[in-house]
Amino acid sequence: MQRLERYASLVDDFDAFRAACERPLPSVVRVNTLKASIERAREALDAEGVAYEATDWHPGVLRLDERGPGTSWPYFHGWLHGQEEVSALPALALDPQPGEVVWDAAAAPGSKTTQLADLMEDEGVLVGNDNNLGRLSALRHNAERLGITNLVVTNQDARNFSFKPFGDRTDDAKRIEAFDKALVDAPCSCEGTIRKNPDALDRWSMTHVESVAGIQKGILRRAIQATKPGGTVVYSTCTFAPEENEAVLDHVLDEGDCEMREWDAPEGFETDPGVTEWDGETYDPSVELAHRVYPHRNDTGGFFCAKLEVTA
Amino acid sequence: MTDADSAADSAGDPPENDGQQFDRLPTTADERVVPGRPTREEVVQWWEQRFGVPPETWDGHTFWEKGNGKIWAFAADVVSPIAVEGLGLRILRARQEHWKPSTNAVQRFCRDATENVVVLDDEEAACFARGDDQELPRWDGDWGYVVAAHEIAGDIEPIGVGLYLHGELRSTVPKGRREDLE
Repeated sequence: MQRLERYASLVDDFDAFRAACERPLPSVVRVNTLKASIERAREALDAEGVAYEATDWHPGVLRLDERGPGTSWPYFHGWLHGQEEVSALPALALDPQPGEVVWDAAAAPGSKTTQLADLMEDEGVLVGNDNNLGRLSALRHNAERLGITNLVVTNQDARNFSFKPFGDRTDDAKRIEAFDKALVDAPCSCEGTIRKNPDALDRWSMTHVESVAGIQKGILRRAIQATKPGGTVVYSTCTFAPEENEAVLDHVLDEGDCEMREWDAPEGFETDPGVTEWDGETYDPSVELAHRVYPHRNDTGGFFCAKLEVTA
Repeated sequence: MTDADSAADSAGDPPENDGQQFDRLPTTADERVVPGRPTREEVVQWWEQRFGVPPETWDGHTFWEKGNGKIWAFAADVVSPIAVEGLGLRILRARQEHWKPSTNAVQRFCRDATENVVVLDDEEAACFARGDDQELPRWDGDWGYVVAAHEIAGDIEPIGVGLYLHGELRSTVPKGRREDLE
């Protein structure tokens, strides 16, 4: 917890922030509408006596009264998927459409990937990539359980993602050489998961923050290159450190091929703007358009989410 | 399995299935190049004949083979072959005498199945989801792979793939999907 004291100057009502970080998180599930309507999934939970409450901001995101969604019929049928409430934001910001070609650069274990597939109504091409082969099997298992059929799973270093397997630079009419949209839900120092993993900060160090920030910049840069002009790239993390958030955005904005775009968080979900000054650094003023999610605002984990448009 | 592969005859050894990549299935036997590879037509017909799944169910999907006889359904089309880790949903194990559907395919595509669907009561359904085999003498349909289903939230919903033999319903729910739902 002491690690988080460094953000006291950023957060209104830091005592409430600290208190929220010390409470465990509620167990939350998202309805997979590829397999069941929200109404039917809720009816099945009701019939089994599983108590829940829909979140204020999304009728398909349900807070369960007791922990663990695993042992219920609607879960067995793939109608539900356990997903931290706040992690439903980036897919909504990306807003993928059926038929588009979409990249999830760091996809495993797949809660956001499967939400993207749901928003795409399982149509188009969703490329779920991860560099960790072990975590990829969790992604595949989750996607199959949810009945998703539009997912291509790849195992590459996202920083150097290659379209070669997709027929890049051939004359094949079915080749893919760019994405319409991309999600970079980057590996991070995970400070915001403290409510789920009380030891999340045990191995925190500035060296780690700096090294992971380098990876984040590399992945986000590749996502911007690999996305068509006019396309959307969403950048998200589950951490508070500006070094991993606004500083990463500032880095790609400085390279000039993208711009920040305004995105309204769902009604009833309270966020704070991105910060433009931190620890002696100043960032591009447009990073204010990003969303910081502090645990005490909506009783969730901590999060960061920004929407970019590719301009060249 | 038909063997109508004429294209490979002229070029010495016929090509073999490559387990490291996905290859799109030929539409019909006339287009088959890799011996033993099922065709799209055969796969669609198999689901229709075994479970009454309407052929148009698959209109938006392409079919692929990776690994020996593992058939995948993908909601779009991409170049073939393609060397990736996953492509849509694994629906079927072919290249064996009795083709075996996957649990996930049955859950997704057998809601409208009309043949070889065994509707279980609450206790039987819980037994099946646990992965346990059970005596089920009341079934008088075909032996072999069946869709195990039950009623939930106002409709019949497929649970998974059963193997019915000698009065017994065996559950093929994979270990990682089994749950105690009693």
